[in-house]
Amino acid sequence: MMRKRESKQWMLFLMLVPALVYFILFQYIPMSGILLAFKQYSIRDGFFGSPWVGFSNFKFLWISGQLWRITRNTVLYNIAFIITTHATAIFVAVFISGLAGKKITKTIHSVLFLPYFISFVVLGVFVYNILSYEFGSLNTFLKAINMEPVNAYAEPLIWPLVLTFFNMWKWIGYSSIIYLAVIVAIDKQAYEAAQIEGATVWKQVWYITIPHLVPTFIIILLLQLGKIMRGQFDLFYNIIGNNSQLFDATDVIDTYVFRSLVHNFDIGMGSAAGLYQSALGLVIILLVNWLIRRVHPDYALF
Amino acid sequence: MKKIYSDVLSFHIIGYVFLFILAIACVLPFVLVVSGSLTPEQHIYEHGYRLWPKEVSFDAYKIILSSPDTIGRAYIVSMGVTFFGTAGSLFISSMTAYVLSRKEFQYRNHFAIMIYFTTIFTGGMVPMYIWMVNFLNLKDNYLAIIMPTFLTAWNILLLRNFIKSIPEEVIESAQMDGASHFTIYSRIILPLAVPGLVTIGLFISLHYWNDWAQARLFIEDPDMFTLPYLLYNTINRFDALSRTVAGSGIPMPDMPTQSLKLAIAIISIGPMVFLFPILQKYFIKGLTVGAVKG
Repeated sequence: MMRKRESKQWMLFLMLVPALVYFILFQYIPMSGILLAFKQYSIRDGFFGSPWVGFSNFKFLWISGQLWRITRNTVLYNIAFIITTHATAIFVAVFISGLAGKKITKTIHSVLFLPYFISFVVLGVFVYNILSYEFGSLNTFLKAINMEPVNAYAEPLIWPLVLTFFNMWKWIGYSSIIYLAVIVAIDKQAYEAAQIEGATVWKQVWYITIPHLVPTFIIILLLQLGKIMRGQFDLFYNIIGNNSQLFDATDVIDTYVFRSLVHNFDIGMGSAAGLYQSALGLVIILLVNWLIRRVHPDYALF
Repeated sequence: MKKIYSDVLSFHIIGYVFLFILAIACVLPFVLVVSGSLTPEQHIYEHGYRLWPKEVSFDAYKIILSSPDTIGRAYIVSMGVTFFGTAGSLFISSMTAYVLSRKEFQYRNHFAIMIYFTTIFTGGMVPMYIWMVNFLNLKDNYLAIIMPTFLTAWNILLLRNFIKSIPEEVIESAQMDGASHFTIYSRIILPLAVPGLVTIGLFISLHYWNDWAQARLFIEDPDMFTLPYLLYNTINRFDALSRTVAGSGIPMPDMPTQSLKLAIAIISIGPMVFLFPILQKYFIKGLTVGAVKG
């Protein structure tokens, strides 16, 4: 009997091998590459031959002010994204579940979900189509009503608005589904009792629906906070690209790392920024998880 | 009574106005791009893109369809990457999920933690790039597009939860009959897990279908471009645009570049827009399951 159990364990282990090989080969070994952050990498010397430089890559990031800039942008954008997208998604869910005319609301929800399916590259084309200085539809419109055209791609300050808007555009349909699922599960008796008491629809939303959504929102908020050092790389890179005029307002850690890899080939600096992001991210996740554990242990990540 | 009615009315008016504004904001960029792709080049230069073309011209689409090689190739590459990436990922993810769901497997928690840890700490993009290119020699290899996101802890754990909901008796009775774990997995678990596999498969395939970043990093051979990366190149590099429509025989200065970019964007999202109403309910189901599980 014992031997049979043993052999079954082996079978299970064998079935696990492909995944183990994958995670070692494509996650754990590359993780050791964080050593590059402490090296002055050159193609000629390679990974092992390049000289150690201690913390000088980090020091340069810090002194040049880039570290502060990309950290500030990453954190502020993430906060703006979470709040705008989820506040709007909650409204969408409340209205879609509460309005009469299910066919229309269902169609509207499908339309709101549509942007989720397209590639960020296409989103980049959409933004260019609207905001391009020479041909953009926005400027066509402004000229038609006799207003000055705007040169958006030379104007850093409008980009936080544009990026926040298109982030919402991409995620509202997706995010509202979660809230819709919560609303559907609310006990109908609560609403019936409220109606008998004479509560208006708005009051029912405010005193019954919203309080039911708050715990879900808080959990999502905390989970997103755990990822606050990571950016929506696809969004930023496809909309802003390599337009250095806008970097002060739009550069986030992920775009910085990507650029240092494909445009400047500054391996040491890119690794340093990446390691900084991962390490700080890890600390934040541990903090957030500790917080969730205290508030709502069921939802703790680990 | 009257008071309640007026409230229902205001709720509906505000609600519908709110939803309609959002819906228009969602559709408007699509309309603008379709309109731009149908506008004659001369009009774009004179008047810019507009909501509705003054004059309709199919030139951009004609040029693309007259030299379908490049786009056709990119379509095939994207379909291949999506198909093999999704199939392989589903197979190994579900097999791993089955092993991690077996209580008799001794070290399952250790392995689960090992897999989970990759979501909270990574080496980052640069070390990954050096490893893939300098050590594994995966430059210009389709595996370079597939591998970086092939298995994710999230998918494996979601599938594990799904498999856990399959009644234990089914598995135990098969074990009584002497079935090996692999047989149980392939003959019993896989068929029962189809709804979960479909949902997660859709998320994985959407991800592969829309990929451009891995291609940007690892693919230099134009014959191996994925569709979104071909689009990315065409927009950002003039020489790439001329290559994409090289077979059309039209000299580059006469090329309607502005409408052409938009037409390529439209052609690349075509299948998604048609498939999406059919697939939508599976996405919603999957998201809802994820939400309930937290």
